[in-house]
Amino acid sequence: MAITKKRSAELAKQVFEYAPAPEAIDHFRIQPRYGLFIGGHMVEPHSKKRFPTINPATEKKLAEVSEADAVDVDRAVKAAGRAFDSWSRLSPSRRARYMFRISRLIQERARELAVVETMDGGKPIKESRDVDIPLSAAHFFYYAGWADKLEWAFPNRRPRPLGVAGQIIPWNFPLLMLAWKIAPALAAGNTVVLKPAETTPLSAMVFAEICMQAELPPGVVNIVTGAGKTGSLVVAHPGVRKVAFTGSTEVGKLIQRSLAGSGKKLTLELGGKAANIVFEDAPLDQAVEGIVNGIYFNQGHVCCAGSRLLVQESIAEPLMEKLKRRLSTLRLGDPLDKNTDIGAINSRAQLEKIQELVESGVEEGAELYQPECRLPGRGFWFPPTLFTNVSQSYRIAREEIFGPVLSVLTFRTPAEAVEKANNTPYGLSAGVWTDKGSRILWMAQRLRAGVVWANTFNRFDPTSPFGGYKESGFGREGGVHGLAPYLDMD
Amino acid sequence: MDVRKTYKLFVNGEFVRSESGRAYRPDGNVNVPRGSRKDLRDAVRAARTAFPAWASRTAMNRGQILYRAAEMLDSRAAQFAELLGGSAKARRELDQAVETLVWYAGWTDKLPQVAGTVNPVAGPYFNFTIPEPTGVVGIVAPEEPSLAGLVRRLAPALCGGNVVVALAPESRPLPALTLAEVFATSDFPAGVVNVLSGQHRELLPWLAAHMDVNAIDVAGCTADEVKATEAAAADNVKRVIKGTPDEASPYLITAFMEMKTVWHPIGV
Amino acid sequence: MRGVRSVDEVGADERAASLAKRSIKKASKLWALDLAVRCIDLTTLEGSDTPGKVTALCAKGIRPKPGDPTIPSVAAICVYPARVADAVAHLRGSDVRVASVATAFPSGQSFTSIKIAETEEAVRAGADEIDMVIDRGAFLSGDYQRVYDEVVAIKEACGSTHLKVILETGELGSYDAVRRASILAMAAGADFIKTSTGKVQPAATLPVSLVMMEAIRDFVRETGRPVGFKAAGGIRTSKQAIAYLVVLNETLGSDWMTPERFRLGASTLLNDVLMQIDKERTGAYQSGDYFTID
Repeated sequence: MAITKKRSAELAKQVFEYAPAPEAIDHFRIQPRYGLFIGGHMVEPHSKKRFPTINPATEKKLAEVSEADAVDVDRAVKAAGRAFDSWSRLSPSRRARYMFRISRLIQERARELAVVETMDGGKPIKESRDVDIPLSAAHFFYYAGWADKLEWAFPNRRPRPLGVAGQIIPWNFPLLMLAWKIAPALAAGNTVVLKPAETTPLSAMVFAEICMQAELPPGVVNIVTGAGKTGSLVVAHPGVRKVAFTGSTEVGKLIQRSLAGSGKKLTLELGGKAANIVFEDAPLDQAVEGIVNGIYFNQGHVCCAGSRLLVQESIAEPLMEKLKRRLSTLRLGDPLDKNTDIGAINSRAQLEKIQELVESGVEEGAELYQPECRLPGRGFWFPPTLFTNVSQSYRIAREEIFGPVLSVLTFRTPAEAVEKANNTPYGLSAGVWTDKGSRILWMAQRLRAGVVWANTFNRFDPTSPFGGYKESGFGREGGVHGLAPYLDMD
Repeated sequence: MDVRKTYKLFVNGEFVRSESGRAYRPDGNVNVPRGSRKDLRDAVRAARTAFPAWASRTAMNRGQILYRAAEMLDSRAAQFAELLGGSAKARRELDQAVETLVWYAGWTDKLPQVAGTVNPVAGPYFNFTIPEPTGVVGIVAPEEPSLAGLVRRLAPALCGGNVVVALAPESRPLPALTLAEVFATSDFPAGVVNVLSGQHRELLPWLAAHMDVNAIDVAGCTADEVKATEAAAADNVKRVIKGTPDEASPYLITAFMEMKTVWHPIGV
Repeated sequence: MRGVRSVDEVGADERAASLAKRSIKKASKLWALDLAVRCIDLTTLEGSDTPGKVTALCAKGIRPKPGDPTIPSVAAICVYPARVADAVAHLRGSDVRVASVATAFPSGQSFTSIKIAETEEAVRAGADEIDMVIDRGAFLSGDYQRVYDEVVAIKEACGSTHLKVILETGELGSYDAVRRASILAMAAGADFIKTSTGKVQPAATLPVSLVMMEAIRDFVRETGRPVGFKAAGGIRTSKQAIAYLVVLNETLGSDWMTPERFRLGASTLLNDVLMQIDKERTGAYQSGDYFTID
């Protein structure tokens, strides 16, 4: 018994450390080089040029992907145009079946996709496994079901597809953004040319394999990898009838300007600076989870991130205490570790942007708080950060940081909360935390944001339309509304 | 030399013989269970027990399960084509049944978007109407087509979140009883779908008068049977559904649903 | 009491689910399993309990795996008041404590005078800890004062004996009520708050435990007095036990990772933990044949 007692005393002093729990990566292969997916095959890029994609957690090269030039983009758009003739004439239920196949294949290869997504982009495996990949499969499943029901979607309309859609997607949710773009386009009867972000092309390459496995008719989906240049070639190509872009507001404006007078249809999903509003009667521990989820999920690389916390002054103190304590339990590290909460910043460029804005916050007089956090040696990392004593005029309260940085401001009354929340050129999302139902609806009515989350945050579903007001863009993705941009309804 | 199959009823996720032990031979050769009122009673009980959990599954989950039923049915295409007579027409009927399941699988997560509404009432209230499943649905399968006819009534009922007690076609029950094997392997929770074979004159009056059945689909009833059913249904205000077997429409789903309207004030 | 902050059910469920996804492996798993054993209140609460049954349970509790001195003793043996004397006799000389249920366990539907008398007798018989139940009838009809007064009275009857207050969360109907009952019990002097009697479904769940731990956290912040947490009922596997330890760790922190502040009321759990320990050590999945049932 004495031995047990002594051991107990020793053990009682120890802290519960979690041993490494690495996700297995040995059940599939990332190829050393990838071509372009055009006309149903992987083809060599015209210029033969390739560029590397790295793992931002280790800075190690994962593979080389092709750089599509004007000739490649032209081939892709023409392939999509040829495919459109037969694809749009297929019976709608046939189109549905191809899409159901794709959805099921994503489910079947879910783990491979999740690991590739994590390695290529830096997000924790827990997120790619439990959020990104399942939602991607769900988007294809949902829209597959619309393909043969379009006559029910819009009263008194017989919708027709547009033709070739040119789609540009960002690096923060690579496969999910691909699903948000391709699924509705295909359901509506269009064909697509999609350009993944330059730092995260790999899950799109696996998706190309899935299209081939599904025996999708050649040219219905084409994927051209490259950087900004490739993107502008896709946007500008005369064979493209519709453009869909998700990315920064800055580039969105460039695209909108470049398409003036072209007759092309356009949807934009751009940046945001969402207000997450916490009232004094909110369930506090759950509000803390919502705040944390709102800005630290995916390292804050989320257009609809709750990057401004507006807390009612009467509970600011207890809320901040809980929030700071909660930050200290966030685990930052190897994205492939199943217990990691905060992964790597997507690229050196993004890291520098975050650092610059955080420095500006300090300079302008906000108070910085970061929990103790060991950052790994190699790779791009930024600890979860929050700023208090922030004024509306500070850069950190106005500009999108796109990183794990929260700015905290206070308010006194609901009207003031609305005013501060709306005081931005952005309008993508907003959060409201209160126990009172009527107040939720009152706030929702007044917030100028395309998505209002009440007592939750960062919830996505294929049935739920998503998109912004003002400079956060126009057009909606998800739900019935997500079909409209891809249809000719005159 | 074949190991011949014994055909059984499908109740509460299990294949069982009729508690009455009786059988009949609609084609003169194969013994088919002659379901009794007690089998029906057990099936309704199983369905009622299964209803809350099935209705509260997410729409996507129900859609995936219906799609799985399509996968399972399609993988048995050859078996069913033979059961239905082996002709090209039989094969077409099987394909139609698969297509019906796929089509309705895609409606589960869209129906509220088409059939539900947000109502702009004249006051500071948020007001919405959503469709909800009615509950336990009895289905009298049409005699012809003996597979696709039943599927065309089952699929919309299940799509909406209802649970089903189906009476197989009396003269050609084998495809319906085999269809139960498809449901048994499609991740449906026990009790959500129940299939009974037997004679209408024995089973239908009990189904029509059952106080714990919320709706009854009379696609397989004669005019006299419809009249008798409508009269009996009045005892618990049962909904009597007359689905048109050839049409495919979300309104065939809403026929099995209730509309719930909710009000909530909008105020600070 | 009516002013106690509410709990968002969906948010609490999500937080508990995300904590349950933690992957605890290798050395950290062994550490957790060892702690789990040391925190078990090895329990028998059956009408059919006899001195013989209690004797066997005590032997198991002191030496869960005969022949393996690396396995520690459990924290306590938990029995009905009539069996306290048997437990005391067979635990003499060990570190294992005697916990007695009391107050008309499990229903609590009896007279306060009887509940006090029962507690006093259990303490006299040698119980180190008393696990009482709150009066759910009074709670659910809004008579919070009555519930409070009873806990205070039982605490007084305990004297220096530790008091665990069972909320019977499966009967309370909402996380709001669980939070309210937690605060009430702590305000009335509970040393531990406990989820369930184990006689009602649902018993302990991760979200309910999370809500109770958050209430403890808030109470400690207000008053400075630490209160322990016990999960009881339905915890049969090591995986579940580890999940509770993770929730505890990330909600209340290292100070609560000790039998002084955390207990698991269980019986079959013990052998599953022993099997998992052997699996970690040997690399092979185990069979129940190799572990004594008592």
